[in-house]
Amino acid sequence: MSHWTPIARLEDIPRQGARVVASPQGKVAVFRTVDDRVFALLDRCPHKGGPLSEGIVHGARVACPLHNWVIELDSGQAVAPDEGCVRRFDVRLEDGMVAIALAGGPTGR
Amino acid sequence: MSKPKLVLIGNGMAGVRTLEELLKLAPGKYDITVFGAEPHPNYNRILLSPVLAGEKKLEDIILNDEAWYAEHGITLHKGKKVVAIDRVRRCVRTEDGTEAGYDRLLLATGSAPFILPVPGKDLEGVVGFRDIRDVELMLEASEKHRHAVVIGGGLLGLEAANGLKKRGMDVTVVHLLDTLMERQLDKPAAALLQRALEDSGLDFKLEAQTEALLGEGRVRAVRFKDGSEVPADLVVMAVGIRPNIELAKASGIHCERGILVSDTMQTFDPQVYAVGECVQHRGELFGLVAPLFEQAKVCANHLAEFGIARYEGSVTSTKLKVTGIDLFSAGEYQGGAGCEELLFQDPSRGVYKKLVVRDNKVAGAVLYGDTVDGAWYFQMMRDGTDISAFRENILFGQAHMGDSGHGAESHAARLPEDAEVCGCNGVCKKTIVDAIVQKKLFTLDEVRAHTKASASCGSCTGLVEQILQSTLGSDYSVSPAKKPLCKCTDLTHEEVREAVRIQGLKTIPELMGSLGWRTPDGCHACRPALNYYLLCQWPNEYRDDPQSRFINERVHANIQKDGTYSVVPRIWGGVTNPRELRAIADVAEKFQVPCVKITGGQRIDLLGVPKAQLPAIWAELGKHGLMSGHAYGKSLRTVKTCVGKEWCRFGTQDSTTLGIELEKMTWGSWTPAKVKMAVSGCPRNCAEATIKDFGVVAVDSGWELHVGGNGGVKVRATDFLCKVQTDEEVMEYAAAYMQLYREEARYLERTAHWIERVGLPYLQSRIVDDAAGRRALCARFLESQRKAQIDPWAERAQGAEKHEFEPLTPAERKAHACIA
Ligand SMILES: Cc1cc2nc3c(=O)[nH]c(=O)nc-3n(C[C@H](O)[C@H](O)[C@H](O)COP(=O)(O)OP(=O)(O)OC[C@H]3O[C@@H](n4cnc5c(N)ncnc54)[C@H](O)[C@@H]3O)c2cc1C
Ligand code: SF4
Ligand code: FES
Repeated sequence: MSHWTPIARLEDIPRQGARVVASPQGKVAVFRTVDDRVFALLDRCPHKGGPLSEGIVHGARVACPLHNWVIELDSGQAVAPDEGCVRRFDVRLEDGMVAIALAGGPTGR
Repeated sequence: MSKPKLVLIGNGMAGVRTLEELLKLAPGKYDITVFGAEPHPNYNRILLSPVLAGEKKLEDIILNDEAWYAEHGITLHKGKKVVAIDRVRRCVRTEDGTEAGYDRLLLATGSAPFILPVPGKDLEGVVGFRDIRDVELMLEASEKHRHAVVIGGGLLGLEAANGLKKRGMDVTVVHLLDTLMERQLDKPAAALLQRALEDSGLDFKLEAQTEALLGEGRVRAVRFKDGSEVPADLVVMAVGIRPNIELAKASGIHCERGILVSDTMQTFDPQVYAVGECVQHRGELFGLVAPLFEQAKVCANHLAEFGIARYEGSVTSTKLKVTGIDLFSAGEYQGGAGCEELLFQDPSRGVYKKLVVRDNKVAGAVLYGDTVDGAWYFQMMRDGTDISAFRENILFGQAHMGDSGHGAESHAARLPEDAEVCGCNGVCKKTIVDAIVQKKLFTLDEVRAHTKASASCGSCTGLVEQILQSTLGSDYSVSPAKKPLCKCTDLTHEEVREAVRIQGLKTIPELMGSLGWRTPDGCHACRPALNYYLLCQWPNEYRDDPQSRFINERVHANIQKDGTYSVVPRIWGGVTNPRELRAIADVAEKFQVPCVKITGGQRIDLLGVPKAQLPAIWAELGKHGLMSGHAYGKSLRTVKTCVGKEWCRFGTQDSTTLGIELEKMTWGSWTPAKVKMAVSGCPRNCAEATIKDFGVVAVDSGWELHVGGNGGVKVRATDFLCKVQTDEEVMEYAAAYMQLYREEARYLERTAHWIERVGLPYLQSRIVDDAAGRRALCARFLESQRKAQIDPWAERAQGAEKHEFEPLTPAERKAHACIA
């Protein structure tokens, strides 16, 4: 679909790390897990807006650098006991290119 | 390929716990078969006392029902006693001829009540107190008969007596000695206990030696050495236990009083492991579940072939499970040579507390009437906490320690059901109690997992532990002595570090693989710790893993609440000059830094810098010779100094120069937590050296060295380490201190907490008394500094870790760039 915007090659994002990309919806953090899966979340922790892109990525989760809330990368949900949810974006990996569905529409949510 | 076979003999608390631990570590590794002599699945033996007293029902105490065995594919042979082990053919055989082959065998046969070898011991109505059958016999007797005699005034005997009394019998407790529970209590506490039990209706006959049990068919009376008799329709023998070792012995496994095991829980035959009351470890036998559960953990670790855990013995504590009686005992409760005793007595309230202290550490405790602080004393005892700082208040309990947070509410048992226990997660007492009872929880971790209580800030941990204790009425509920590094492992910080050293583990994935981490790549708690431990152990080889560092250390700047960063250049010993100041001012202006602040550590903070600008700012500062001040790291922060004898009319030494030298030696070093230093030129101490991690104070004849100070939430003044003469000595001691801290403190543990944990005398023995050791530590520190002293700002200003500071650009714009 035309909504997909390519943003980086997989190796541009550090394993167990993230990069940030600007979008009309605000900064988006694009994560790469230890087993090379990619996820994208709005770069704003549901707690107090901390930059999730700066957190420690472990499994398919990230720990917010400000107060250590842990967020599920696939759903954007905070791991209990904390409660909250951050907007997620669809991402896909094709031929080593990471593309993200930015503008909303059928592939966004 | 078929799986190796594991056979467990003894379907009791220690054996099944080992299986549970094993299934957590390596599910599906073995084909497991269990033999149990009792016709029941595994149940909580401890709770037989409340069952006898009518406070619980038998079905409440089942720990693993048959469905559990089925779910894990375990073959269970209930009611089948193993009578032979053939170690050559590797198979076991039961009374009825059932056989099972094994690759690994686990013996957990527990123990049996010791029955006094007196005439009449085989009469009907004479029982021990060990299993469900014994309880059933006692209950039957209590319905038909009147008189019960319990022989033995220890823990088990008193619990039996209490239960039978509750069931309406007239009970006499017979004891050989003149005080009850002499293995746990000193005389004053025992006297209080006896009085309380007498008030509840029990009769006592102390210093009485049983000669015979009288009767035909059923027992009728007990006769003593002095000729007196007491009527008895039921006699409970609770005079001690004997490990069940006959089976092991008959198969040639080496036994003394118990089955001998090593620190890996292996018997003399390496295919055969043993845990529980049947074992003898380093000369000791065990009769409480806490140590058995620790053994289970270690044994499971080896059965899973992780091969790193070791059992090194346990410290245990006891509580009596008699409703209405609060009693706690742990460690060397008697005191004696080399010990001091701290006493508190309030006879009218029926409160008695005794702490036995040796070398400023709690060595034992007896509490009667008010046991709220039992868990706290016990924790300090296991941790070897140095109590000198608060010993005058210690008997009044944790609530009087100032910042424990739960002061007066800590009487867990008296808390109303709807009282909120965990403020973070809004959990009230009833939720916790229900979960403990319904889900049969044993440990703090389990309560955390099920209720979230104390899962967040942890300040209610003590209270939750007390609720566990008061609900279960037992001692095994205190959190395990070993605190795992994080949820991804059962290993402690120390065990992980030892494994790194001994197994030569060099990377985080290698470490997690060989130590059986439960998660594929750890979590935000363990990864930074592991990164540090590897860095500390292999200073010249280890390649730092930036993804396992907190953001501040990864980007070498402090993240602020709005996501911007602060920049703090190093200002050696707090001494600067117009050129540096001008450079800083120019940079602040050029980059429009919103806030410039003088810090508490005698330097200048540029606040509010966006991440993308960091490399440019650093490059600019670098041109003027300014480098990273590591104001963001678990590392050396600053060395604060006063002007000293160069300027001050009181100064006796050149504190400024020494401070700068110290900073030059120690900057760039990574440590478990941040380290601050200070040097003052005279005892007026203007540099506030006595609240620093390492403080140096000049005196006429040299320097005083102080350690373990801390400003912050809880101010802690330093401990005086020693006095030295020369600047060179200060440097050597400082380096040795840094290295000892780096090598032995737990990650995130400040020096203050570390010293409270290990005690000042330990530091003195390593740094002051042992000159060769000190020099070796110093040498290791300097060696580790060779590669550490690289300015991270300069590297990044030249393009290192570029991706950290640049956002990605979507492809449309990139595409244009390509064409152009
Ligand atoms: C009434 C009572 C109250 C207690 N209160 C406390 C307390 O408050 N706190 C505390 O910490 N501890 C308490 N204990 C002690 C605790 O219950 C024991 O330490 C613990 O149960 C020992 O575990 P184990 O697995 O070694 O032995 P057990 O739990 O006794 O298990 C051994 C099992 O092996 C079986 N067995 C033996 N030989 C064979 C064989 N040849 N073939 C097949 N099966 C065999 C036995 O039938 C038994 O079921 C109490 C004990 C009792 C009896
Ligand atoms: S500590 Fe002593 S030498 Fe240093 S400034 Fe204060 S008074 Fe002067
Ligand atoms: S802002 Fe993310 S945890 Fe507080």
